Amino acid sequence: MNSTPVPAPDLEPQEAISARIAAIEAAHRADGEGRPQPALDYPPYRSSALRHPTKDLHHTDPETIEREAPCFGDRDVDPLEADLTIGGAGEPIGERMIIAGRVTDAEGRPVRRQLVEVWQANAGGRYVHKRDRHPAPLDPNFTGAGRCLTDDDGYYRFQTIKPGPYPWRNHHNAWRPAHIHFSLFGTEFAQRLVTQMYFPGDPLFALDPILRSITDPADRELLVASYDHDLTTHEWATGYRWDIVLGGSRGTLMENEGDEA
Amino acid sequence: MRATPGQTVGPFFHYGLPYDGDRDLVPPGSVGAVRFGGRVLDGTGAGLQDALVEIWQARPDGTVPREPGSLRRDGWTFTGFGRASTGRDGRYAFSTLEPGPTEPGGAAFFAVTVFARGLMDRLFTRAYLPDDAAALAADPLLSSLPEERRSTLVARRDARGLTFDIRLQGADETVFLDLSGYRRP
Repeated sequence: MNSTPVPAPDLEPQEAISARIAAIEAAHRADGEGRPQPALDYPPYRSSALRHPTKDLHHTDPETIEREAPCFGDRDVDPLEADLTIGGAGEPIGERMIIAGRVTDAEGRPVRRQLVEVWQANAGGRYVHKRDRHPAPLDPNFTGAGRCLTDDDGYYRFQTIKPGPYPWRNHHNAWRPAHIHFSLFGTEFAQRLVTQMYFPGDPLFALDPILRSITDPADRELLVASYDHDLTTHEWATGYRWDIVLGGSRGTLMENEGDEA
Repeated sequence: MRATPGQTVGPFFHYGLPYDGDRDLVPPGSVGAVRFGGRVLDGTGAGLQDALVEIWQARPDGTVPREPGSLRRDGWTFTGFGRASTGRDGRYAFSTLEPGPTEPGGAAFFAVTVFARGLMDRLFTRAYLPDDAAALAADPLLSSLPEERRSTLVARRDARGLTFDIRLQGADETVFLDLSGYRRP
């Protein structure tokens, strides 16, 4: 039985999306440089059309509450929540892997004892979500959500299953590169970060309007983990390393500029 | 060091981010509890059924909570943080306490973060309490805005509590904030 979904006729081909991606990136480069944060108005990602602000973000000095961040502690997170492979009665299917790294601020100071949340598709590229219609199998032993607190040096670590790529309906034959969603808090409100971590060498990078919404290639590279044999464990799991820098206020940058002036 | 870029929260965050009690900073109906909520709307005025709103706020006396417990609430500790996903009509609602001003003589507000499928990166804004006209008039952010945009940051007080609609786009587009670049004390 062939259950391949029939494409809706109104979906654009990948070539059209890729051409738009390339044109926006070229325009940004001609403008000086690529953008380190995703362009909010980014037509290659269709759903952004009605969901991006049309006016510039308004700069304001953070007040006291915005210079702090919510606290999380041992009572919030069970250490077992960092292992996404133990939720079921048996072992989940797929490549068991470790993802670990360090969370710092822009000056390299560790973000200590702070919350990291992850969610992801299973090895077949399927999410445990009622709106995921991809006809790949659900895995009764894998939910794909986890949490941990960073340690006193800012390190986090999860054990999980390598997620698969999956199709979506942004355009015809659209596939997301395999990724893990990350949610992080820093030491101040404006450091709040929700992002996606990718795997090295994925052939879908060039085609993906979500990753390419960051138009500076060097900044896109910051979302790609590296294979780390020191994290790989003997006869058990492969290891990937991904460090995270929470930008937030960039307060020290301004301070340095002031000092030099 | 270059900051790690953000990415959209995507459509499938519902089993990763929401948790039991996420929107109830205080038990609904408890002493001092107020409903703070509204709708998240797109450029056509339609509600987003796949948005997520977070609030971070001071206590009623203006002090900043520094206690853990937002993920597993004990019913007694006010942590100042809450998270609410929108329903099918784009509505979100929190049960919380009204924040006090964190600056002497300042205007009280909720710090708000918005995430959604189709929104490439999170957005920050503020929801001010509407009551203290003098403090609102003197507020540095509000007074730096054209008059017609100020009201997008002020919650409405009604019989059900405080209502704050978040318009991602359009004529009454909410003012979203760039909080970067202040001089760290």
